[in-house]
Amino acid sequence: MHYTVDHEWLRLEGDLVVVGITEHASEQLGDVVFVELPEVGRVVAAGDEVSVIESVKAASDILSPLAGEVVEVNERIAADPSLINADPMSAWFFKLKVAELDLSGFMDETAYKALIG
Amino acid sequence: MRTALYDLHVALGARMVEFAGYEMPVSYPLGILAEHLHVRAQAGLFDVSHMGQILVRDAAALEALVPVDLRALPVGRQRYGFFTNAAGGILDDLMIVNRGSDYLLVVNAGCKAADLAHLRAHLAADLIEDRALLALQGPAAEAVLARLVPQVSALKFMDYCEADWQGVGLWITRSGYTGEDGFEISLPEAHARGFAQALLAEPEVAMIGLGARDSLRLEAGMPLYGHDIDAQTSPVAAGLGFAISPRRRAEGGFWGAEPILRDLADPARRRVGLLPEGRAPMREGVELYSEISGGAPIGAISSGGFSPSLGRPIAMAILPASLPFGAVIYGELRGKRLPLTLAPLPFIQTNYKR
Repeated sequence: MHYTVDHEWLRLEGDLVVVGITEHASEQLGDVVFVELPEVGRVVAAGDEVSVIESVKAASDILSPLAGEVVEVNERIAADPSLINADPMSAWFFKLKVAELDLSGFMDETAYKALIG
Repeated sequence: MRTALYDLHVALGARMVEFAGYEMPVSYPLGILAEHLHVRAQAGLFDVSHMGQILVRDAAALEALVPVDLRALPVGRQRYGFFTNAAGGILDDLMIVNRGSDYLLVVNAGCKAADLAHLRAHLAADLIEDRALLALQGPAAEAVLARLVPQVSALKFMDYCEADWQGVGLWITRSGYTGEDGFEISLPEAHARGFAQALLAEPEVAMIGLGARDSLRLEAGMPLYGHDIDAQTSPVAAGLGFAISPRRRAEGGFWGAEPILRDLADPARRRVGLLPEGRAPMREGVELYSEISGGAPIGAISSGGFSPSLGRPIAMAILPASLPFGAVIYGELRGKRLPLTLAPLPFIQTNYKR
């Protein structure tokens, strides 16, 4: 498991990178009422906005941690955004096929826990 | 600045935000969604002490500033009103209580200083600085409050009374900002925490933050100053013509009377409810169009968000009065125009005890 400074988690599944948001992010957001997922097939650069999450009060962007192609999205969370609050570590958003797998810029669990304090 | 209940909010685990210069609770561990639903189902307690409580005595001078018929307001009754400006816009909306010996005005926190200055230019006005203001709202509000203050059962919507709780002088109106039956209670700051905790000890009551306060009033179709109404907004377009009393319509004699009365005779725009299709909330500022492409905006969303009671997005905007309910318009969200349907306000049934 790796983590970004924007409170996303990444895990490897074969040659795909699966991305979600952390418990910390989910708590900060509050009740999620809407999720917009990227289109399957979309090619993204690192830092591109790929998803929008809306809580009752506000909208948040999810930025792609890596460059790649979106090969799968989690329709379950689009249909029921409350799953993100219920179990953020398994409520994945999208899966990326990445050209270059470079995880050196991301945190491991220890470093992430230190970040959130 | 902090209200008398700041320590209680922190002790209850509130997430605090800055609002109108005050540190206020936006939500508690329950969360905005659950807090909102709790108010509609049982009873929610809100700290609204940041709002301004002002006493005035000169009814005639006050009438020049607010198009309300104060002569027709009986002692022990409250009216909703708004300060107008010379251009026919709204400086603030407020509640006015006739207490016999004086009038109690309750104004928005963000407008407190400006309202006081505006009043003082025309009449004597005392800002009360040592009283907290709490709101208890929901279908269980009467049952709960009557356990502490039995006489509230006799109050009807927009009545005012003074009551004693354990030697503490309470000023109570039966009103609120949620669409539910409920009460607003003014009491000395020194006793605010004790009273709040007495209410919280009742099983039906939960503490509610400003986040849910906003979603509740939006469902009830109530405007929020600085968002749905401002100094450039016509009260008629804002759907607040009902607060201009008949005698004041006939006689005028208030700031901006000319453009406002002209508007009343022939309203060009009106505030309506909007139901975005799909699940994406459309929030304040989203530009609205009559066609799916092209054309100039016909308005913009003034308040919008997610409705916990309806489980869908809702919004409000001031639009051409010719657009009927049921009409489909488009909001531009993240570069795409998405449909919304015009709907009457409120979005939910209100439950005032009339």
